[in-house]
Amino acid sequence: MPDLLAARSQMGVSLAFHIVFAVIGIAMPVMMVIAERRWQVTGHAIYLDLAKRWAKGTAILFAVGAVSGTVLSFELGLLWPEFMRLAGPVIGMPFSLEGFAFFTEAIFLGVYLYGWGRISSRAHLWAGVAVAVSGAASGIFVVIANAWMNAPAGFALVNGQAVDVDPLAAMGNAAALPQTIHMTLAAYAATGFAVAGIHAFFLLRDPANAFHRRALEIALIVGAPAAVLQPVSGDFAARHVAVHQPLKLAAAEALFHTQSGAPLTLGGWPDLTARQTHFALELPYGLSLLAFHDPDAEVRGLDSAPQDEWPNVPAVHLSFQLMVALGTYLAVVALWVAWLAWRGKDLAHHRWLMRAIALATPFGFVAIEAGWMVTELGRQPWVIYRVLKTSDAVTPMPGLVVPFIAFTLLYCFLGVIVAWLLYRQIVRSPSVAEWRGFYMPEGEVR
Amino acid sequence: MTLATLLAGTIFIALNVYALLGGADFGGGVWELFASGPRRERQRELVAEAIGPVWEANHVWLILAVVLLLTCFPPAFARLGTLLHIPLSLVLIGVVLRGSAFTFWRYGSPGDEEQRHWGTTFAIASLITPLLLGTTVGAIASGALGDAGRAPGFYENYVAPWLTPFTLSVGLFAVVAFAFLAAVYLTLETQERDLREDFRRRALASGAALFLVAGLALLLSGAYAPVVRTALIFAAWAVPLHLLTGAAAIAALWALWSRRWRVARIAAATQVSLILWGWALSQYPYVVPPDLSIGAAAAPAVTLRLVLAAVVLGAVILLPSLYYLFRVFKRSPQSSAISHQ
Repeated sequence: MPDLLAARSQMGVSLAFHIVFAVIGIAMPVMMVIAERRWQVTGHAIYLDLAKRWAKGTAILFAVGAVSGTVLSFELGLLWPEFMRLAGPVIGMPFSLEGFAFFTEAIFLGVYLYGWGRISSRAHLWAGVAVAVSGAASGIFVVIANAWMNAPAGFALVNGQAVDVDPLAAMGNAAALPQTIHMTLAAYAATGFAVAGIHAFFLLRDPANAFHRRALEIALIVGAPAAVLQPVSGDFAARHVAVHQPLKLAAAEALFHTQSGAPLTLGGWPDLTARQTHFALELPYGLSLLAFHDPDAEVRGLDSAPQDEWPNVPAVHLSFQLMVALGTYLAVVALWVAWLAWRGKDLAHHRWLMRAIALATPFGFVAIEAGWMVTELGRQPWVIYRVLKTSDAVTPMPGLVVPFIAFTLLYCFLGVIVAWLLYRQIVRSPSVAEWRGFYMPEGEVR
Repeated sequence: MTLATLLAGTIFIALNVYALLGGADFGGGVWELFASGPRRERQRELVAEAIGPVWEANHVWLILAVVLLLTCFPPAFARLGTLLHIPLSLVLIGVVLRGSAFTFWRYGSPGDEEQRHWGTTFAIASLITPLLLGTTVGAIASGALGDAGRAPGFYENYVAPWLTPFTLSVGLFAVVAFAFLAAVYLTLETQERDLREDFRRRALASGAALFLVAGLALLLSGAYAPVVRTALIFAAWAVPLHLLTGAAAIAALWALWSRRWRVARIAAATQVSLILWGWALSQYPYVVPPDLSIGAAAAPAVTLRLVLAAVVLGAVILLPSLYYLFRVFKRSPQSSAISHQ
């Protein structure tokens, strides 16, 4: 395995692993806080049980996220020293801010997890709010740094050195807003639907179980609005990519030839030698409409650049299709939920809805992984778009296949353990008999 | 003092706090591994209870130092990442295993066989990680990470700089110092007299061992870290610093001997901090001796100014939050009231 490929694979595995925990660390505290607040208002023990279970899950996942995030901060230097040499002064700022935000999150998570009964209930709830807010902030800072790699700004390149550095302009890069909105919504949608899916699965067997009904409600409150908004933010992001990174869009859409009135390509397999996409469904004018909101707009194809500057077209195209398909599914299910809720239906007894939500359990996370494939693979061969090639950024250290395999095995092992622990500790139904087979009993208002 | 020096000092403060807090969490793992005697289960419980609420916040000091280093001194970050790839990768594996094993251990079903394995994994990772971390510090201090003067070849570039008797002695020093800190702090975490005495004995033993390991590292520095050694002996600050460090060390042992726990805690933390600052001063003005100075490695002034502003802003939020965290959980020795349910 060539060293460059090994380094990219190690970075990819580290990010793909970490992002799951990072995303849960953003959205889970929101659910935990909602449950605790409901417990304070209604006084019903189900909500306290939910808040504690979710807090326990957050504790396990946050710990793994904290250490896998440490790995990433070091890997920037271990694998990509030349990238950091150039990028550090320009875009190190959001990394530093992320450090502070993450610090705040860690402090208040400690207070929240171990503070039950030690601090006032009001202080405890606010600690949870601090975790949720700083979690979202740290995610936003990291995504800003990534956006800069896609739309570099805030410096001039002279002899391979960054001069006229302006870190604030770098943070305000053109991709920052679309990417941070898209990713933050993704975190809430994916986590919300994953939790909702698990409880929907239990409700299929036991639709009157009050515990799972309340859990489903809170998970959907977090996940469904984000899932509905996500296609809108995706449109915003895609229109940005169309202007600033035309080759990424061309690869995502498998558009080989520059053309006006470009069609939207659904599915299919891009054939690089024939320069066409087989077995695809084409919607006329669709891409021009989506990318520029004009059916006759010209969309740049892959042929606008030499082939050695193309990203991996089949991988980017398939990842993009997968992300869009799963995101659309979540949005449709969320609208369905909204429709039924508006009409006052009992969601848990709607078997087809419960099946649809249970099916969606992994979809948000798969969509997130696929979306990162699009944005990272789609930027290749550049690590900083049109500034620094990935092959020029990699460490000179040989034998990188060894750490790649070591970290991959470590993460696979941890992934299995975490899944098993969560199953044992969090997911299984509570054994409180009166919560089963009853609707929510009236709690005393405290 | 230049802006760059100020930020280098800030990064070093973060490392110092990491050593005092995160280091002690590693040290707790060491005592978890060496728990013995009739109260071994209680010792383990105490370590876990002391670490539980704070280890993640303590760990972030390291992340903070790393992100500030990559922003303010990118060439230093790039060079350390390249030449210390192997030990730092091993440190990372240790960090991952320690953190996740601790969590799995504490959040699993208590008492079963498999939980015990996680406790052991946590303890072993707590021993090996500071050893390697100390080794990388030794490699930096020895001045072996310069741009010039290494023969080409894998071993010469990626192994030899960090694998010497001196670097290993610094690694050993880190393990013993962290174990010493942990034992001293743990005397304040319990009201059980016997348990407290267990950790008093451990603190006294590791405090004495610290003298031996420090002597060994100083001895080896003559052959392997000449620049640092020269400064540690001949610089104007050298004698006062050694006197202060020695005074803190003796005060710590005396306080332990006479069971003045709070005094012992302050003296031990002062002692370890002074040793760290001795290292920092001895290689000043270099971030990576012998050739990468603070001035040469520094990012442009505009970046440094913004980071300084962020540090001040961060401190305004973080310091009261940290104070709150420690006030809630470390104000007085707790009976084992922590609920993991």
